Amino acid sequence: MSESALQPHDWPGRLIVVEGIDGSGKSTQLQLLQRWLEMKGYKVFFTEWNSAELVRKTTKRGKRKRSLTPTTFSLLHATDFAHRLVGSILPPLKAGMIVLADRYVYTAFARDVVRGCDREWVRKVYRFAPKPDIALYFRVPIEVAIRRLTMARQVLRDFEAGMDLKLHPDPVESFRIFQGRILDEYDRMGPEHGFVVIDATGRINDQQDKVRKVVSGRFRNYGPTQRIA
Amino acid sequence: MNELRFFGEGLPYLGPVDCTGALITLEGTDGAGRTTQLSMLRRWLEEHGHGVIETGWTRSPLIGRVIAQAKQFRTLNRFTYSLLYASDFADRLEKEIIPALRSGFIVLSDRYVFTAFARDVIRGVDRQWVRDLFGFAPIPHLVLYLKIDVATLIRRVIPRGVIDSFESGMDMALGDDPYDSFKRYQTLLLREYNAMADEFGFSVVNARMKPERIQEVIRRVVSEFFAQRQSVDTPPAGEAAPLDAGAVVPARPDTAADPVRASA
Repeated sequence: MSESALQPHDWPGRLIVVEGIDGSGKSTQLQLLQRWLEMKGYKVFFTEWNSAELVRKTTKRGKRKRSLTPTTFSLLHATDFAHRLVGSILPPLKAGMIVLADRYVYTAFARDVVRGCDREWVRKVYRFAPKPDIALYFRVPIEVAIRRLTMARQVLRDFEAGMDLKLHPDPVESFRIFQGRILDEYDRMGPEHGFVVIDATGRINDQQDKVRKVVSGRFRNYGPTQRIA
Repeated sequence: MNELRFFGEGLPYLGPVDCTGALITLEGTDGAGRTTQLSMLRRWLEEHGHGVIETGWTRSPLIGRVIAQAKQFRTLNRFTYSLLYASDFADRLEKEIIPALRSGFIVLSDRYVFTAFARDVIRGVDRQWVRDLFGFAPIPHLVLYLKIDVATLIRRVIPRGVIDSFESGMDMALGDDPYDSFKRYQTLLLREYNAMADEFGFSVVNARMKPERIQEVIRRVVSEFFAQRQSVDTPPAGEAAPLDAGAVVPARPDTAADPVRASA
Protein backbone atom coordinates (compact mmCIF):
# COMPACT_ATOMS: atom_id res chain seq x y z
CA MET A 1 0.00 0.00 0.00
CA SER A 2 2.89 2.36 0.71
CA GLU A 3 3.97 2.72 -2.91
CA SER A 4 0.59 4.12 -3.85
CA ALA A 5 -0.01 6.24 -0.73
CA LEU A 6 -0.38 9.99 -1.18
CA GLN A 7 2.61 11.99 0.01
CA PRO A 8 2.17 14.89 2.45
CA HIS A 9 3.00 18.29 0.95
CA ASP A 10 5.24 20.90 2.53
CA TRP A 11 3.77 24.03 0.98
CA PRO A 12 2.88 26.84 3.38
CA GLY A 13 -0.86 26.61 2.56
CA ARG A 14 -3.43 24.10 3.79
CA LEU A 15 -5.59 21.67 1.82
CA ILE A 16 -8.99 20.66 3.19
CA VAL A 17 -11.16 18.25 1.24
CA VAL A 18 -14.68 16.93 1.72
CA GLU A 19 -15.90 13.54 0.58
CA GLY A 20 -19.19 11.66 0.75
CA ILE A 21 -21.86 10.26 -1.53
CA ASP A 22 -24.24 12.56 -3.40
CA GLY A 23 -26.80 13.90 -0.95
CA SER A 24 -24.50 13.68 2.07
CA GLY A 25 -24.54 17.46 2.46
CA LYS A 26 -20.80 17.89 2.09
CA SER A 27 -21.03 20.85 -0.28
CA THR A 28 -23.23 22.75 2.17
CA GLN A 29 -20.77 22.08 4.97
CA LEU A 30 -17.82 23.18 2.87
CA GLN A 31 -19.56 26.42 1.96
CA LEU A 32 -20.24 27.15 5.65
CA LEU A 33 -16.63 26.40 6.46
CA GLN A 34 -15.52 28.82 3.74
CA ARG A 35 -17.70 31.62 5.23
CA TRP A 36 -16.18 31.06 8.64
CA LEU A 37 -12.57 30.96 7.42
CA GLU A 38 -13.04 34.13 5.38
CA MET A 39 -14.64 35.85 8.35
CA LYS A 40 -11.52 35.00 10.33
CA GLY A 41 -9.38 36.68 7.70
CA TYR A 42 -7.99 33.66 5.85
CA LYS A 43 -7.43 33.70 2.12
CA VAL A 44 -9.48 30.81 0.77
CA PHE A 45 -9.62 29.17 -2.65
CA PHE A 46 -12.47 26.82 -3.62
CA THR A 47 -12.34 24.08 -6.26
CA GLU A 48 -14.63 21.24 -7.20
CA TRP A 49 -14.40 17.84 -8.86
CA ASN A 50 -14.77 17.52 -12.62
CA SER A 51 -14.81 21.20 -13.43
CA ALA A 52 -11.80 21.87 -15.68
CA GLU A 53 -12.41 23.22 -19.19
CA LEU A 54 -9.76 20.99 -20.74
CA VAL A 55 -11.75 17.76 -21.03
CA ARG A 56 -15.25 18.91 -20.13
CA LYS A 57 -16.69 18.58 -23.63
CA THR A 58 -15.12 15.18 -24.16
CA THR A 59 -16.39 13.82 -20.87
CA LYS A 60 -19.87 15.20 -21.50
CA ARG A 61 -20.02 13.80 -25.01
CA GLY A 62 -18.69 10.47 -23.84
CA LYS A 63 -21.27 10.26 -21.09
CA ARG A 64 -24.09 11.25 -23.40
CA LYS A 65 -23.14 8.71 -26.03
CA ARG A 66 -22.36 6.13 -23.36
CA SER A 67 -19.05 5.57 -25.11
CA LEU A 68 -16.82 5.76 -22.03
CA THR A 69 -15.32 2.58 -20.67
CA PRO A 70 -14.42 2.35 -16.97
CA THR A 71 -10.80 3.06 -17.90
CA THR A 72 -11.42 6.08 -20.14
CA PHE A 73 -13.92 7.40 -17.58
CA SER A 74 -11.24 7.10 -14.92
CA LEU A 75 -8.45 8.62 -17.01
CA LEU A 76 -10.51 11.59 -18.19
CA HIS A 77 -11.36 12.43 -14.60
CA ALA A 78 -7.69 12.08 -13.67
CA THR A 79 -6.83 14.48 -16.51
CA ASP A 80 -9.39 16.94 -15.20
CA PHE A 81 -7.94 16.64 -11.72
CA ALA A 82 -4.33 17.02 -12.88
CA HIS A 83 -5.28 20.14 -14.81
CA ARG A 84 -6.91 21.68 -11.73
CA LEU A 85 -4.12 20.50 -9.45
CA VAL A 86 -1.36 22.24 -11.37
CA GLY A 87 -3.39 25.25 -12.44
CA SER A 88 -5.65 25.90 -9.46
CA ILE A 89 -4.73 23.91 -6.34
CA LEU A 90 -0.95 24.13 -6.15
CA PRO A 91 -0.61 27.90 -6.74
CA PRO A 92 -2.76 28.89 -3.70
CA LEU A 93 -1.05 26.20 -1.60
CA LYS A 94 2.34 27.60 -2.56
CA ALA A 95 1.05 31.10 -1.83
CA GLY A 96 0.13 30.06 1.72
CA MET A 97 -3.65 30.06 1.19
CA ILE A 98 -6.30 27.58 2.24
CA VAL A 99 -7.66 25.37 -0.55
CA LEU A 100 -11.11 23.87 -0.07
CA ALA A 101 -11.85 20.99 -2.42
CA ASP A 102 -15.35 19.63 -2.91
CA ARG A 103 -14.34 16.03 -3.62
CA TYR A 104 -10.75 14.93 -4.11
CA VAL A 105 -8.95 11.84 -5.37
CA TYR A 106 -10.91 9.64 -2.95
CA THR A 107 -13.96 10.18 -5.13
CA ALA A 108 -12.04 8.51 -7.96
CA PHE A 109 -10.80 5.75 -5.65
CA ALA A 110 -14.43 4.95 -4.83
CA ARG A 111 -16.20 5.50 -8.17
CA ASP A 112 -13.65 4.01 -10.51
CA VAL A 113 -13.36 0.84 -8.46
CA VAL A 114 -17.15 0.47 -8.37
CA ARG A 115 -17.13 0.88 -12.17
CA GLY A 116 -14.66 -1.98 -12.44
CA CYS A 117 -11.15 -0.53 -12.40
CA ASP A 118 -8.46 -2.17 -10.32
CA ARG A 119 -8.28 -0.70 -6.82
CA GLU A 120 -4.49 -0.50 -6.72
CA TRP A 121 -4.19 0.88 -10.26
CA VAL A 122 -6.44 3.85 -9.54
CA ARG A 123 -4.37 4.70 -6.47
CA LYS A 124 -1.17 4.55 -8.48
CA VAL A 125 -2.59 6.83 -11.18
CA TYR A 126 -3.28 9.55 -8.61
CA ARG A 127 0.03 9.21 -6.82
CA PHE A 128 1.05 12.71 -7.98
CA ALA A 129 -1.66 14.27 -5.78
CA PRO A 130 -0.60 15.74 -2.43
CA LYS A 131 -2.16 14.30 0.71
CA PRO A 132 -4.74 16.72 2.12
CA ASP A 133 -4.12 18.27 5.55
CA ILE A 134 -7.68 17.40 6.49
CA ALA A 135 -10.04 14.98 4.74
CA LEU A 136 -13.60 15.26 6.07
CA TYR A 137 -15.86 12.33 5.22
CA PHE A 138 -19.59 12.95 5.56
CA ARG A 139 -21.12 9.59 6.25
CA VAL A 140 -24.80 9.13 5.53
CA PRO A 141 -27.06 6.10 4.99
CA ILE A 142 -28.33 5.66 1.42
CA GLU A 143 -31.98 6.23 2.35
CA VAL A 144 -31.23 9.64 3.84
CA ALA A 145 -29.26 10.64 0.74
CA ILE A 146 -32.09 9.56 -1.57
CA ARG A 147 -34.66 11.50 0.46
CA ARG A 148 -32.54 14.66 0.32
CA LEU A 149 -31.81 14.44 -3.40
CA THR A 150 -35.34 13.63 -4.50
CA MET A 151 -36.71 16.41 -2.30
CA ALA A 152 -34.35 18.97 -3.74
CA ARG A 153 -34.37 18.24 -7.44
CA GLN A 154 -36.98 15.58 -8.04
CA VAL A 155 -34.91 13.50 -10.43
CA LEU A 156 -31.64 11.71 -9.82
CA ARG A 157 -29.03 12.40 -12.44
CA ASP A 158 -28.04 9.33 -14.48
CA PHE A 159 -24.41 9.27 -13.47
CA GLU A 160 -25.13 9.74 -9.77
CA ALA A 161 -27.37 6.74 -10.07
CA GLY A 162 -24.76 4.79 -12.05
CA MET A 163 -27.38 4.15 -14.75
CA ASP A 164 -24.66 3.43 -17.30
CA LEU A 165 -23.70 0.35 -15.27
CA LYS A 166 -27.14 -1.14 -15.90
CA LEU A 167 -27.52 -2.26 -12.31
CA HIS A 168 -31.26 -1.68 -12.32
CA PRO A 169 -33.72 -0.06 -14.75
CA ASP A 170 -35.26 2.08 -12.00
CA PRO A 171 -33.09 5.14 -11.22
CA VAL A 172 -33.81 5.12 -7.49
CA GLU A 173 -33.02 1.43 -7.18
CA SER A 174 -29.92 1.87 -9.33
CA PHE A 175 -28.82 4.78 -7.13
CA ARG A 176 -29.30 2.60 -4.05
CA ILE A 177 -27.08 -0.16 -5.41
CA PHE A 178 -24.44 2.11 -6.96
CA GLN A 179 -24.09 4.53 -4.05
CA GLY A 180 -24.18 1.61 -1.64
CA ARG A 181 -21.08 0.21 -3.29
CA ILE A 182 -19.44 3.64 -3.20
CA LEU A 183 -20.23 3.86 0.49
CA ASP A 184 -18.44 0.52 1.00
CA GLU A 185 -15.38 1.86 -0.79
CA TYR A 186 -15.35 5.04 1.33
CA ASP A 187 -15.68 2.99 4.51
CA ARG A 188 -12.73 0.87 3.44
CA MET A 189 -10.67 4.04 2.77
CA GLY A 190 -11.40 5.73 6.08
CA PRO A 191 -8.63 4.16 8.15
CA GLU A 192 -6.27 3.88 5.16
CA HIS A 193 -6.33 7.63 4.48
CA GLY A 194 -7.08 9.11 7.89
CA PHE A 195 -10.55 10.47 7.17
CA VAL A 196 -12.25 12.56 9.84
CA VAL A 197 -15.69 10.95 9.84
CA ILE A 198 -18.65 13.29 10.37
CA ASP A 199 -22.11 11.85 11.01
CA ALA A 200 -24.00 13.53 8.18
CA THR A 201 -27.45 12.65 9.48
CA GLY A 202 -27.19 15.27 12.23
CA ARG A 203 -28.40 18.87 12.13
CA ILE A 204 -26.53 21.15 9.74
CA ASN A 205 -25.21 23.49 12.44
CA ASP A 206 -24.16 20.65 14.74
CA GLN A 207 -22.13 19.14 11.89
CA GLN A 208 -20.59 22.54 11.14
CA ASP A 209 -19.62 23.00 14.81
CA LYS A 210 -17.74 19.75 14.65
CA VAL A 211 -16.08 20.69 11.34
CA ARG A 212 -14.91 24.04 12.73
CA LYS A 213 -13.56 22.36 15.87
CA VAL A 214 -11.54 19.89 13.79
CA VAL A 215 -10.15 22.66 11.59
CA SER A 216 -9.21 24.91 14.55
CA GLY A 217 -7.52 21.98 16.23
CA ARG A 218 -5.38 21.27 13.19
CA PHE A 219 -4.55 24.90 12.39
CA ARG A 220 -2.54 25.71 15.49
CA ASN A 221 0.59 26.49 13.47
CA TYR A 222 -1.23 28.29 10.72
CA GLY A 223 -2.31 31.91 10.74
CA PRO A 224 -3.92 34.28 8.22
CA THR A 225 -0.54 35.77 7.34
CA GLN A 226 1.62 33.05 5.85
CA ARG A 227 4.92 33.02 4.07
CA ILE A 228 4.87 32.08 0.41
CA ALA A 229 6.85 29.26 -1.12
CA MET B 1 -4.43 -20.69 -24.36
CA ASN B 2 -3.31 -17.47 -26.04
CA GLU B 3 -4.32 -15.25 -23.20
CA LEU B 4 -3.28 -11.63 -23.55
CA ARG B 5 -0.79 -10.53 -20.90
CA PHE B 6 -0.67 -7.03 -19.46
CA PHE B 7 2.03 -4.77 -18.04
CA GLY B 8 0.13 -4.38 -14.78
CA GLU B 9 -3.44 -4.81 -13.59
CA GLY B 10 -4.92 -5.01 -17.09
CA LEU B 11 -8.65 -4.44 -17.52
CA PRO B 12 -10.22 -6.48 -14.71
CA TYR B 13 -13.79 -5.95 -15.88
CA LEU B 14 -13.04 -7.68 -19.20
CA GLY B 15 -11.91 -10.91 -17.61
CA PRO B 16 -9.22 -12.96 -19.39
CA VAL B 17 -8.77 -11.84 -23.00
CA ASP B 18 -8.36 -14.73 -25.38
CA CYS B 19 -6.16 -13.51 -28.19
CA THR B 20 -5.84 -15.42 -31.43
CA GLY B 21 -4.22 -12.48 -33.21
CA ALA B 22 -0.91 -10.80 -32.57
CA LEU B 23 0.11 -7.35 -31.42
CA ILE B 24 3.19 -6.05 -33.20
CA THR B 25 4.39 -2.56 -32.48
CA LEU B 26 6.89 -0.37 -34.20
CA GLU B 27 8.86 2.15 -32.18
CA GLY B 28 11.39 4.77 -33.14
CA THR B 29 11.66 8.55 -33.15
CA ASP B 30 10.17 10.67 -35.89
CA GLY B 31 12.20 10.31 -39.06
CA ALA B 32 13.30 6.76 -38.31
CA GLY B 33 11.03 5.52 -41.10
CA ARG B 34 8.23 3.89 -39.12
CA THR B 35 5.41 4.74 -41.51
CA THR B 36 7.18 3.40 -44.60
CA GLN B 37 8.19 0.20 -42.85
CA LEU B 38 4.74 -0.36 -41.45
CA SER B 39 3.00 -0.12 -44.81
CA MET B 40 5.56 -2.49 -46.41
CA LEU B 41 5.09 -4.95 -43.56
CA ARG B 42 1.34 -4.73 -43.84
CA ARG B 43 1.37 -5.45 -47.56
CA TRP B 44 3.58 -8.49 -47.03
CA LEU B 45 1.43 -9.86 -44.22
CA GLU B 46 -1.70 -9.40 -46.29
CA GLU B 47 -0.08 -11.11 -49.27
CA HIS B 48 0.32 -14.08 -46.95
CA GLY B 49 -3.36 -13.99 -46.11
CA HIS B 50 -3.23 -12.37 -42.69
CA GLY B 51 -5.85 -9.88 -41.63
CA VAL B 52 -4.12 -6.68 -40.55
CA ILE B 53 -5.37 -3.67 -38.63
CA GLU B 54 -3.23 -0.59 -38.20
CA THR B 55 -3.43 1.74 -35.27
CA GLY B 56 -1.39 4.72 -34.21
CA TRP B 57 -0.84 7.04 -31.31
CA THR B 58 -3.47 9.81 -30.72
CA ARG B 59 -6.08 8.94 -33.26
CA SER B 60 -9.08 8.02 -31.18
CA PRO B 61 -12.36 9.69 -32.12
CA LEU B 62 -13.03 10.37 -28.44
CA ILE B 63 -9.90 12.23 -27.40
CA GLY B 64 -7.74 12.86 -30.47
CA ARG B 65 -9.20 16.31 -31.00
CA VAL B 66 -8.64 17.44 -27.41
CA ILE B 67 -4.96 16.59 -27.66
CA ALA B 68 -4.57 18.47 -30.92
CA GLN B 69 -6.27 21.53 -29.47
CA ALA B 70 -4.43 21.43 -26.18
CA LYS B 71 -1.11 21.15 -27.97
CA GLN B 72 -1.97 24.12 -30.13
CA PHE B 73 -2.79 26.27 -27.14
CA ARG B 74 -0.02 24.83 -24.96
CA THR B 75 -2.40 24.21 -22.07
CA LEU B 76 -0.98 20.86 -21.02
CA ASN B 77 1.13 20.20 -17.97
CA ARG B 78 3.28 17.10 -17.64
CA PHE B 79 0.50 15.10 -15.95
CA THR B 80 -2.36 16.07 -18.24
CA TYR B 81 -0.05 15.37 -21.18
CA SER B 82 0.49 11.79 -19.96
CA LEU B 83 -3.10 11.26 -18.88
CA LEU B 84 -4.66 12.49 -22.13
CA TYR B 85 -2.48 10.17 -24.17
CA ALA B 86 -3.36 7.35 -21.80
CA SER B 87 -7.07 8.12 -22.21
CA ASP B 88 -6.68 8.14 -25.96
CA PHE B 89 -4.85 4.86 -25.93
CA ALA B 90 -7.38 3.24 -23.58
CA ASP B 91 -10.17 4.22 -25.95
CA ARG B 92 -8.47 2.67 -28.98
CA LEU B 93 -7.37 -0.33 -26.96
CA GLU B 94 -10.84 -1.30 -25.86
CA LYS B 95 -12.65 -0.37 -29.06
CA GLU B 96 -10.17 -1.37 -31.78
CA ILE B 97 -7.14 -3.27 -30.58
CA ILE B 98 -8.64 -5.85 -28.23
CA PRO B 99 -11.62 -6.69 -30.48
CA ALA B 100 -9.20 -7.13 -33.41
CA LEU B 101 -6.86 -9.35 -31.40
CA ARG B 102 -9.79 -11.45 -30.26
CA SER B 103 -10.92 -11.97 -33.84
CA GLY B 104 -7.49 -13.09 -34.96
CA PHE B 105 -6.16 -9.97 -36.64
CA ILE B 106 -2.55 -8.89 -36.60
CA VAL B 107 -2.56 -5.44 -35.06
CA LEU B 108 0.27 -3.23 -36.28
CA SER B 109 0.72 -0.32 -33.96
CA ASP B 110 2.63 2.72 -35.17
CA ARG B 111 4.13 3.63 -31.76
CA TYR B 112 2.89 2.18 -28.52
CA VAL B 113 3.10 2.90 -24.78
CA PHE B 114 6.89 3.09 -25.06
CA THR B 115 6.45 6.39 -26.88
CA ALA B 116 4.63 7.70 -23.81
CA PHE B 117 7.29 6.28 -21.50
CA ALA B 118 10.02 8.11 -23.43
CA ARG B 119 8.24 11.41 -24.01
CA ASP B 120 6.73 11.73 -20.56
CA VAL B 121 9.90 10.92 -18.65
CA ILE B 122 11.88 13.59 -20.46
CA ARG B 123 9.06 16.01 -19.70
CA GLY B 124 9.70 15.36 -16.04
CA VAL B 125 7.23 12.76 -14.80
CA ASP B 126 8.33 9.92 -12.59
CA ARG B 127 9.51 6.92 -14.62
CA GLN B 128 7.62 4.44 -12.43
CA TRP B 129 4.45 6.52 -12.40
CA VAL B 130 4.03 6.50 -16.18
CA ARG B 131 4.71 2.75 -16.29
CA ASP B 132 2.08 2.18 -13.59
CA LEU B 133 -0.35 4.45 -15.43
CA PHE B 134 -0.19 2.14 -18.46
CA GLY B 135 -0.68 -0.98 -16.32
CA PHE B 136 -3.86 -1.60 -18.34
CA ALA B 137 -1.88 -2.01 -21.59
CA PRO B 138 -1.29 -5.45 -23.13
CA ILE B 139 2.33 -6.52 -23.54
CA PRO B 140 2.97 -6.64 -27.31
CA HIS B 141 4.01 -9.95 -28.81
CA LEU B 142 6.76 -8.22 -30.70
CA VAL B 143 8.31 -4.75 -30.46
CA LEU B 144 10.33 -3.67 -33.47
CA TYR B 145 12.58 -0.77 -32.58
CA LEU B 146 14.01 1.26 -35.44
CA LYS B 147 17.23 2.43 -33.91
CA ILE B 148 18.92 5.49 -35.33
CA ASP B 149 21.56 7.96 -34.18
CA VAL B 150 20.89 11.65 -33.84
CA ALA B 151 23.24 12.72 -36.66
CA THR B 152 21.58 10.47 -39.25
CA LEU B 153 18.17 11.54 -37.99
CA ILE B 154 18.94 15.25 -38.34
CA ARG B 155 20.23 14.88 -41.88
CA ARG B 156 17.10 12.97 -42.77
CA VAL B 157 14.65 15.42 -41.24
CA ILE B 158 16.13 18.74 -42.41
CA PRO B 159 15.54 18.24 -46.17
CA ARG B 160 11.85 17.65 -45.41
CA GLY B 161 11.41 21.29 -44.46
CA VAL B 162 10.50 22.99 -41.24
CA ILE B 163 11.24 21.04 -38.08
CA ASP B 164 8.05 20.20 -36.23
CA SER B 165 7.88 22.01 -32.93
CA PHE B 166 6.69 18.99 -30.95
CA GLU B 167 9.37 16.76 -32.42
CA SER B 168 11.70 19.41 -31.06
CA GLY B 169 10.05 19.43 -27.66
CA MET B 170 9.36 23.15 -28.11
CA ASP B 171 6.78 22.90 -25.31
CA MET B 172 9.67 22.06 -22.99
CA ALA B 173 11.32 25.43 -23.59
CA LEU B 174 14.61 23.87 -24.64
CA GLY B 175 15.45 27.08 -26.46
CA ASP B 176 14.22 29.12 -29.41
CA ASP B 177 16.56 27.65 -31.99
CA PRO B 178 14.77 24.84 -33.85
CA TYR B 179 17.96 22.99 -34.76
CA ASP B 180 19.40 23.02 -31.24
CA SER B 181 16.16 22.10 -29.55
CA PHE B 182 15.45 19.32 -32.07
CA LYS B 183 18.88 17.87 -31.46
CA ARG B 184 18.62 18.13 -27.69
CA TYR B 185 15.10 16.71 -27.58
CA GLN B 186 15.83 13.79 -29.91
CA THR B 187 19.02 12.97 -28.00
CA LEU B 188 17.01 12.71 -24.77
CA LEU B 189 14.37 10.58 -26.51
CA LEU B 190 16.95 8.22 -28.01
CA ARG B 191 18.55 7.74 -24.61
CA GLU B 192 15.18 6.66 -23.17
CA TYR B 193 14.41 4.36 -26.12
CA ASN B 194 17.81 2.71 -25.96
CA ALA B 195 17.43 2.06 -22.24
CA MET B 196 13.97 0.58 -22.85
CA ALA B 197 15.32 -1.74 -25.54
CA ASP B 198 16.99 -3.66 -22.72
CA GLU B 199 14.26 -3.15 -20.15
CA PHE B 200 11.50 -4.51 -22.41
CA GLY B 201 13.43 -6.72 -24.81
CA PHE B 202 12.83 -4.82 -28.06
CA SER B 203 13.88 -6.37 -31.34
CA VAL B 204 16.38 -3.76 -32.41
CA VAL B 205 16.62 -2.98 -36.12
CA ASN B 206 19.33 -0.72 -37.48
CA ALA B 207 17.37 2.11 -39.11
CA ARG B 208 20.39 3.67 -40.82
CA MET B 209 20.15 1.09 -43.59
CA LYS B 210 18.17 1.55 -46.81
CA PRO B 211 14.39 1.11 -46.40
CA GLU B 212 14.33 -2.15 -48.43
CA ARG B 213 17.10 -3.58 -46.33
CA ILE B 214 15.34 -2.59 -43.08
CA GLN B 215 12.18 -4.26 -44.33
CA GLU B 216 14.09 -7.44 -45.08
CA VAL B 217 15.30 -7.57 -41.49
CA ILE B 218 11.84 -6.79 -40.11
CA ARG B 219 10.28 -9.59 -42.15
CA ARG B 220 12.84 -12.01 -40.89
CA VAL B 221 12.17 -11.07 -37.27
CA VAL B 222 8.42 -11.35 -37.83
CA SER B 223 8.81 -14.73 -39.55
CA GLU B 224 10.89 -16.02 -36.67
CA PHE B 225 8.27 -14.81 -34.23
CA PHE B 226 5.49 -16.67 -36.05
CA ALA B 227 7.60 -19.79 -36.44
CA GLN B 228 8.30 -19.79 -32.72
CA ARG B 229 4.67 -19.23 -31.92
CA GLN B 230 3.54 -22.05 -34.19
CA SER B 231 5.93 -24.48 -32.61
CA VAL B 232 4.23 -23.78 -29.28
CA ASP B 233 0.61 -23.72 -30.46
CA THR B 234 -1.21 -26.17 -32.63
CA PRO B 235 -2.17 -24.18 -35.71
CA PRO B 236 -5.91 -24.05 -36.34
CA ALA B 237 -7.22 -25.61 -39.55
CA GLY B 238 -7.26 -23.34 -42.59
CA GLU B 239 -4.50 -21.13 -41.20
CA ALA B 240 -2.90 -18.66 -43.56
CA ALA B 241 0.31 -19.69 -45.32
CA PRO B 242 3.36 -19.62 -43.07
CA LEU B 243 5.46 -16.53 -43.38
CA ASP B 244 8.74 -17.03 -45.09
CA ALA B 245 10.87 -13.96 -45.48
CA GLY B 246 13.25 -15.71 -47.85
CA ALA B 247 10.48 -16.46 -50.32
CA VAL B 248 9.67 -12.78 -50.71
CA VAL B 249 13.02 -11.10 -50.36
CA PRO B 250 16.11 -13.01 -51.37
CA ALA B 251 18.43 -13.47 -48.45
CA ARG B 252 21.77 -11.73 -48.74
CA PRO B 253 25.14 -12.95 -47.67
CA ASP B 254 25.59 -10.09 -45.18
CA THR B 255 22.39 -10.92 -43.32
CA ALA B 256 24.29 -12.61 -40.55
CA ALA B 257 26.13 -9.41 -39.77
CA ASP B 258 23.11 -7.19 -39.36
CA PRO B 259 22.22 -5.92 -35.92
CA VAL B 260 19.08 -7.84 -35.12
CA ARG B 261 18.45 -8.99 -31.64
CA ALA B 262 15.53 -11.30 -31.05
CA SER B 263 13.27 -10.28 -28.20
CA ALA B 264 14.20 -11.66 -24.81
